[in-house]
Amino acid sequence: MQITLTVNGAAREVDIDPRTTLLDVMRHHLDLTGSKKGCDHGQCGACTMLVNGRRINGCLSLAVMHDGDEITTIEGLGDPGNLSPLQAAFVRNDGYQCGYCTPGQIMSAKGMYDEFNKGWPSHVSDDLTAEPNFTTAEIKERMSGNLCRCSAYPGICKAIEESAEEEGLTKRKAAE
Amino acid sequence: MKSFEYVRASGIADAQDTAGRIIAGGTNLIDLMKHQIETPPRLVDVTRLDMTEIEQSAHSLRIGALVTNSDLAAHDTVRRDYPVLSRALLAGASGQLRNKATTGGNLLQRTRCPYFYDTTQPCNKRVPGSGCPAKEGINRILAVLGTSPHCIATHPSDMAVAMRALDARVEIESPNRGTEMLTLDEMYVLPGDDPSKETVLEAGDLITAVHLPQPPKGKQTYRKVRDRSSYAFALVSVAGIVDVEDGKITEAALAFGGLAPRPWRDGTVEDVLVGEAPSDALFDKAADVLLQDAQGFGENDFKIPLARRTLKAVLAELTGVTQ
Repeated sequence: MQITLTVNGAAREVDIDPRTTLLDVMRHHLDLTGSKKGCDHGQCGACTMLVNGRRINGCLSLAVMHDGDEITTIEGLGDPGNLSPLQAAFVRNDGYQCGYCTPGQIMSAKGMYDEFNKGWPSHVSDDLTAEPNFTTAEIKERMSGNLCRCSAYPGICKAIEESAEEEGLTKRKAAE
Repeated sequence: MKSFEYVRASGIADAQDTAGRIIAGGTNLIDLMKHQIETPPRLVDVTRLDMTEIEQSAHSLRIGALVTNSDLAAHDTVRRDYPVLSRALLAGASGQLRNKATTGGNLLQRTRCPYFYDTTQPCNKRVPGSGCPAKEGINRILAVLGTSPHCIATHPSDMAVAMRALDARVEIESPNRGTEMLTLDEMYVLPGDDPSKETVLEAGDLITAVHLPQPPKGKQTYRKVRDRSSYAFALVSVAGIVDVEDGKITEAALAFGGLAPRPWRDGTVEDVLVGEAPSDALFDKAADVLLQDAQGFGENDFKIPLARRTLKAVLAELTGVTQ
């Protein structure tokens, strides 16, 4: 089937079998191998990408269902030598060891900043009706869909905290 | 994944395709198709249908079947008036999955029983008549209430447990029966002799919305106990709504996840509580009634005392009784 996706700002036409996931379209049809295939079953988050601004698992999405949608992958954030603030913060804070989960972690954090800006609560928010606080506990809960088997979580959290405003977080609302 | 024909529905009539399998968020179905547990010859994509609104009226909240779990959890009215639902949604899955998973699809997700997922093993739900090794096998996450000799699977949804406590009704457009409004107990069937049948829905039936009645009186909470603190299915969960006036419980609605093949609600548990002054002894009586027919299968025996403790903790929280 012929579909058109806007990938990192550019319209891309692909001719695919309906079984093809968004993840496989990126990796096999568009040579965008930044999004990683970890479990391929929605359990690890390595394939996280933004679809129309929201973070989703690319491995559990049939590309034909996303005809016309806007996709942002890790390649859309920065390049070697021109890293986005969050990418640079992952390097600075050792937010990885093997690096396989990193693109998914970064894309998930991008989506999460936006969810904070919209005031979405989480499982650990004390008050459902109040603006959430941008705390480490909130970050950990909201990032639980991204596993890091090297367990670089402290560096990941630090990178996400450090670059939040540069990446567009507008509502930190400190508890103190 | 087996190949299939892909059809994009542009109206409800397209979706009422008796030879097609409906797909919306796909977070469960695509996984099942990768494992070849489900091999639909035709997939009908309903995501472009106009079912994404949450509409409030004087008597109800109508949640379109395509409202994502994220949007429903974050909706102002739900956060304010139906916090048990918001809490249940936020306790389920991950941020990425909640962004895709829909209200209708969440209700129809399938069990995570390890034998259902392993196509090299017998499973009466996947291959009727092949047997249920779970009863003597790996059954830590499986059911202790509502089981049959043929299946002990649990329903995995958190959302549906809160909806059961809230007396939600599911709006269904059926090509044969027209528009129907079913409670969750009317929609889900217990495994009985045929665990492959999980709901009364027939081929071509489409869930179009879920209706919540007016917000109930009293306090609401959702307590979920699981193996890790986030992104795990419930071992036991309790959705509780309790109103206390003049020192007596006047209303109680309690639904349970992780215990049964469907979101579990037992009116006799609520009957124990209503009209009585809340106390630790009363909560024990309620737990006795809830669990009188509970049956463990070895690994999951712990769920019976865990359900008691979780229920008592929820009742203590909602009534202000200190345990």
